[in-house]
Amino acid sequence: MTTPHADTRRRSTLRRLTADPQAVVSASLLAVIVLLGLLAPVLTSHGANEANLDAVNAGAGDHGYLLGGDKSGRDIFARLLFSINTSVVSALIGTSIALAIGITSGLVGGYFGRRVRGVAEWVFSLIMTFPGLLLLIVLMPVTKGDYKATMVVFGVLLSPGIYRLVRNLVLGVKNELYVDAARVSGLPDRRILRRHVLTVVRGPVIIATAFLAGSSIAVQSGLAFLGVGSNTVPSFGAMISDGFTNLYEEPLQFLWPSLALGIITASLVLLGNALRDALEGGRPKPARIVTATTYRAPATEGTVSGLLTVDDLAIAYPTPTGELKEVVSGVTLSVAAGETLGLVGESGSGKTQTAFAALGVLPAEAVVTRGSIRLDGRELLGLSERELRAVRGTSIAYVPQEPMSNLDPSCTVGAQLVEGVRAATPMSRGEARDRVLALLARVGIPEPERTFRSYPHQISGGMAQRVLIAGAVASRPLLLIADEPTTALDVTVQAEILDLLRDLRRELNMAVLLVTHNFGVVADICDRVAVMREGTVVETGTTEELFATPRHPYTRTLLDSILDETTLRTDPPATPAGALETEKR
Amino acid sequence: MTVYVLRRLTAGLVLAVLVTMITFLLLSTSFDDVASSVLGNGASPGQIAAQKAQMGLDRPLAVQYGDWLSHAIRGDLGASYFTSEPVRSAITARLGVTLSIVVVALLATSVISVALGVAAAARGGAVDRFAQGAAMTGYLVPSLLVAIALVYVFAVKLHVFPATGYTDFSESPARWASSIAIPVVALMMGGVASLTSQIRGAMIGELRKDYVRTLRTRGIPTRSIVLRHALRNAAGPALTVLSLEFIQMLGGALIIEQIFALPGFGQYAFNASLQGDVPIIMGISLFGVLLVVAVNLVVDLLNGWLNPKARIVS
Repeated sequence: MTTPHADTRRRSTLRRLTADPQAVVSASLLAVIVLLGLLAPVLTSHGANEANLDAVNAGAGDHGYLLGGDKSGRDIFARLLFSINTSVVSALIGTSIALAIGITSGLVGGYFGRRVRGVAEWVFSLIMTFPGLLLLIVLMPVTKGDYKATMVVFGVLLSPGIYRLVRNLVLGVKNELYVDAARVSGLPDRRILRRHVLTVVRGPVIIATAFLAGSSIAVQSGLAFLGVGSNTVPSFGAMISDGFTNLYEEPLQFLWPSLALGIITASLVLLGNALRDALEGGRPKPARIVTATTYRAPATEGTVSGLLTVDDLAIAYPTPTGELKEVVSGVTLSVAAGETLGLVGESGSGKTQTAFAALGVLPAEAVVTRGSIRLDGRELLGLSERELRAVRGTSIAYVPQEPMSNLDPSCTVGAQLVEGVRAATPMSRGEARDRVLALLARVGIPEPERTFRSYPHQISGGMAQRVLIAGAVASRPLLLIADEPTTALDVTVQAEILDLLRDLRRELNMAVLLVTHNFGVVADICDRVAVMREGTVVETGTTEELFATPRHPYTRTLLDSILDETTLRTDPPATPAGALETEKR
Repeated sequence: MTVYVLRRLTAGLVLAVLVTMITFLLLSTSFDDVASSVLGNGASPGQIAAQKAQMGLDRPLAVQYGDWLSHAIRGDLGASYFTSEPVRSAITARLGVTLSIVVVALLATSVISVALGVAAAARGGAVDRFAQGAAMTGYLVPSLLVAIALVYVFAVKLHVFPATGYTDFSESPARWASSIAIPVVALMMGGVASLTSQIRGAMIGELRKDYVRTLRTRGIPTRSIVLRHALRNAAGPALTVLSLEFIQMLGGALIIEQIFALPGFGQYAFNASLQGDVPIIMGISLFGVLLVVAVNLVVDLLNGWLNPKARIVS
């Protein structure tokens, strides 16, 4: 598909490649090497197999041999040049066979139905079972050791990798809307495959090609080193083997071919990596799990009081250009003991970031630039992970939004909860188990024993949320931070979970900081509300006040947008942008 | 569970039959050469035909393969055309050498890659740069060159390890260890490179997941989150890479055995193939496939233990 957009993207990929020194250096090295190989007959007057008995182990420059002679009196320089051609031919044969088989069957296997894929899958897993090099050697009587025939077999052995790559990409793109649209509009499968699917496959295949070429060359050299094939075919492997037997007397005879082979394979790998960076974007960098908070809060008294007090908190993230961009800028709020505070605002307003900061689990990239967070008078910002761990286990707890992704999928529900309970309060495994079972029963799980033994994928979303609530209240925290605890659940389950939170709060006399964008939830459960917008709290008040007389225009906009569902809207919705401009003036 | 293992073993046997059959069919194209190489140079076409008939190579292929298979099932893999040495005992004797280096290399690869990959993902910074550099070196330098460089430095220059030869474990564990030390390191390089990158990437992905944050909020120590939770989830794909690495190493061992003059499976296979010694080649294909099937089964079972979703309900 050659839309202008695709065109500019291709050009910018090319520009990124030419700007990447790794790509430029490795590609130019390869180009020079291939060129040297092609020009071999011009660059040297000696043949690769032309032996001169006077030149046995000759030094560099003797007998017109630029790099000297080998143990049979052949010109090392000429042999190097002709070996390049052998390597290039090997790479061409190996990769083109692997690509032809792999791409064709990957497209077919990925695009067409299950049965076709089943067959392809089976054949390729059969191929993958062959230990490659062993097979190449075992088949020597068949290939007669000819390196070209061997590379054909090797190409077949490489094809499963390409097949899997292409199949996965095709399966991924197959159900995309634009492919559906093409199918519905009656384009034949062949054209869809060529125009839409192949464009997706192209990038990863180009990257894989660099690596395929590298392994073809390495295997050809390895086999030649072992002595597979005719000794009249000049090859780095054969030269290395000759040099190896002569290593102690003439180490240079070993060095030259090793260097050439090393440069070629290394350039291919580096080029492959550079292509990957250019085509697929940078690879992920590790992020430290534990944030080393460099910021320390000032020791001055805060302006607010309560169990949890957040005072002028600002959180920023580094942008690609290296500057810091604030996502939370000066949030001030407080939660009194036993109180439920609703923190509302649209997505991106900084609610969740504020909650994570209070829990001390901001992502590693986040930077706290100013402010203070106190729990029961104790400053949390700047505490070490060990100190925070003690606070988290016992005083402050967290219920997440999406229940399933917040449970470790390969660990039973019981084991996860027991570990949490024991981390907060040292006790025996048996005691912890009893405690967890009691908690599971308390949060309304019908068969606690069974859920205890279950893995997360075996329980429903509502059950998983109950499990997470059980985990959060296990250590009787003073403050529970719940981040949109009902958003991901079925409507019928939502009310039950809210009831459960309300009951637990009364029972344990916890304070709750409830992050939500849903005013229904706020009306249902919150004592007070703080409204956030673009990183600051724009309005705070009791729930009644806020619903009755919202003071800030943004609060009014939010309230308007949740008018009861029976009212049919006739007027255009109030524009928040307009409301804000009034506010700014 | 037992049903699953049995089913996988049956599938493995079917695979072994298929692979040996394909190998046999491919080899059948070169039976003339085999016969003439048994006779030596200068045999006439008539002599070759007679030799083929005498070796039974002129019979229909299906009959020949069936014959081989029925003997193989009874544990009889025939004898070498050239030395009359029974194939099965010859292979098992050499398998010990190859498995010594491959299994040790595989274990060392797993330990080093897990340590490097986990540290790189969990700590970042200098550790990560080191791990990535190590992985890159493993990718960049052909293991053939690594092996030779190691021999040159440690055996020839420093005399720390023997350059060539093999001492059996039962003879002297210490000498066994030093005789396989360099071969193992040379064989590991590529495996460590790909497995470290794999584990690093998977761990970075896991540590960014929601459940990690939730576990932190419960006061669970970072060490437990990384090793008990994230690593366990990251290990599945790594195991698959490890099983592919085993196949790779089995092939790589051929070159390594040649360099270090180790009397292993690979060298035996190489010499047999040069001569066209069909019974040995068939025996080697069979053992090769069975090894791969066994390793894949172990990997699948480990995977089921690690990942409850992959566990099979029988």
